Amino acid sequence: MSTRVPAPLRPLEEIGRGATSVLEYAGGLAILTAESAGFIARLRVRLKETMAQAYFLGFQSTVIVLLTSLFTGMVVSYESAQNAVSYGVSNLVGGAVAFTTARELGPMLSAVVVAGRAGAAIAAELGSMVVTEQIEALEALGLSPIRMLVVPRLVAMIVMMPILTILADVIAIVGGGYLAHTLAGIPYDTFVESIRTYSDFSDFWKGLIKAGLFGALIVIVGCYQGLSTRGGAAGVGRSTTGAVVLAIILIFVTNFMMSLILFR
Amino acid sequence: MNFARIENVTLRFGEKLVLQHCTLDVQARAITCLIGLSGAGKSTILRLLNGLRTPESGRVIVKSTDLAHLKERDLVAFRQKIGFSFQFAALFDSLTVFDNVALPLRETTTMTEPEIRKVVEATLESVGLENVGERMPSELSGGMLKRVGFARAVVNNPELVLYDEPTTGLDPIITHVLTDTIKRLRRQLNGTAVVVSHDLDSIYAMADYVAMLFEGAIIEYGTVDEIRRSANPIVQQFLQGSEVGPIPL
Repeated sequence: MSTRVPAPLRPLEEIGRGATSVLEYAGGLAILTAESAGFIARLRVRLKETMAQAYFLGFQSTVIVLLTSLFTGMVVSYESAQNAVSYGVSNLVGGAVAFTTARELGPMLSAVVVAGRAGAAIAAELGSMVVTEQIEALEALGLSPIRMLVVPRLVAMIVMMPILTILADVIAIVGGGYLAHTLAGIPYDTFVESIRTYSDFSDFWKGLIKAGLFGALIVIVGCYQGLSTRGGAAGVGRSTTGAVVLAIILIFVTNFMMSLILFR
Repeated sequence: MNFARIENVTLRFGEKLVLQHCTLDVQARAITCLIGLSGAGKSTILRLLNGLRTPESGRVIVKSTDLAHLKERDLVAFRQKIGFSFQFAALFDSLTVFDNVALPLRETTTMTEPEIRKVVEATLESVGLENVGERMPSELSGGMLKRVGFARAVVNNPELVLYDEPTTGLDPIITHVLTDTIKRLRRQLNGTAVVVSHDLDSIYAMADYVAMLFEGAIIEYGTVDEIRRSANPIVQQFLQGSEVGPIPL
């Protein structure tokens, strides 16, 4: 039975409802993650499907990841090279580009781009499967939708995101080096020496840890949004938009927290 | 003999009361058809019978097992013994017809691929579909989709098959074919079937028992003849499709 809340208390009621929804959502994500991890721990992973998802979600995202990383690397290099040359510290440019790319831009930009492409695709596909009763059909056959659908995507993205990030790091640094050389006249040797001096290998592998985590985040949010779809085609649209927006926000928040933990 | 029993079940979706102290017996080795108004909760009863829904109160007993008290893992295993044919077939659109039918065998049995091929081909043949295995669901007609759905539901020889509106939206010839298919499959499996349908001709042709659901409860149950002779004015209004009577429009 619903109780009518007096008008002055309605904002409080709304806040309460909002808080409950956020907690419910967070709980849902946590349960989905835990159940998926359970299947992975018991090695109940469908390899063929995982390979197919690695190809679709990961390999097919390569071009957009490379393009965004190339131009971002070139912009960072261009901006820093101009200032560095005017201050006479052009030997810092390579290090600056490599440092920012490996720690932040490589993993985060790749994740944002992949969230836009793969996160949306996951939510739309699973959402469509919900509204056409395909998810219920899996359950009726005694098959777990989490094992059948979530786990292959999760494993694929945890593997593919670091690989995409390695490619993103390389192309951003190469592009940065090229631009520093052609527009600011910084020699390639100086650029490479700067990378060696001012960045550390740990910057790269810690960036890859972030990338793996972002990959998992994109899949869990996309799958959860898709699996909670209600209300036909409009619901699929809402799930898809929600998956992308939420994944991107969570990527930024997680990136901040991971930077605090990994680079202190 | 009862194969399954829904006993005093109450279930609501949010504020909406769908079933209220609902009791239904499903006779073994027979076809029980569920009739009732749209939105009356017929499909919900099918989902209760394979544990896809849990009652708020009451019991759902299938083969002496109370589904409400099964752990999720046991329930998943239990569902593998129950076939479910969905209203819109619910075929996996990224898989071929063959792979759709083969999926339960690949995932829940230790059969080899040649054995699976043999069983799937035989099952597709038994529903009147040959040489469509390599086609995608999007390439099939409505009647063919339903039959692939039947094939997937019965491929692992379930003891109970649940059909949700198997003939809705199909022409009379295909309706006749599907009705015959349901009867034939029940005989082949020597099992039990529950069919939700609005198609009275089809129900009269296949049902051993008919149950009418109204306002959350079974208000009439019996053989086809008993239902047709029912003195209940709600049943009579429904069977005659009349606007005049006690059913609120």
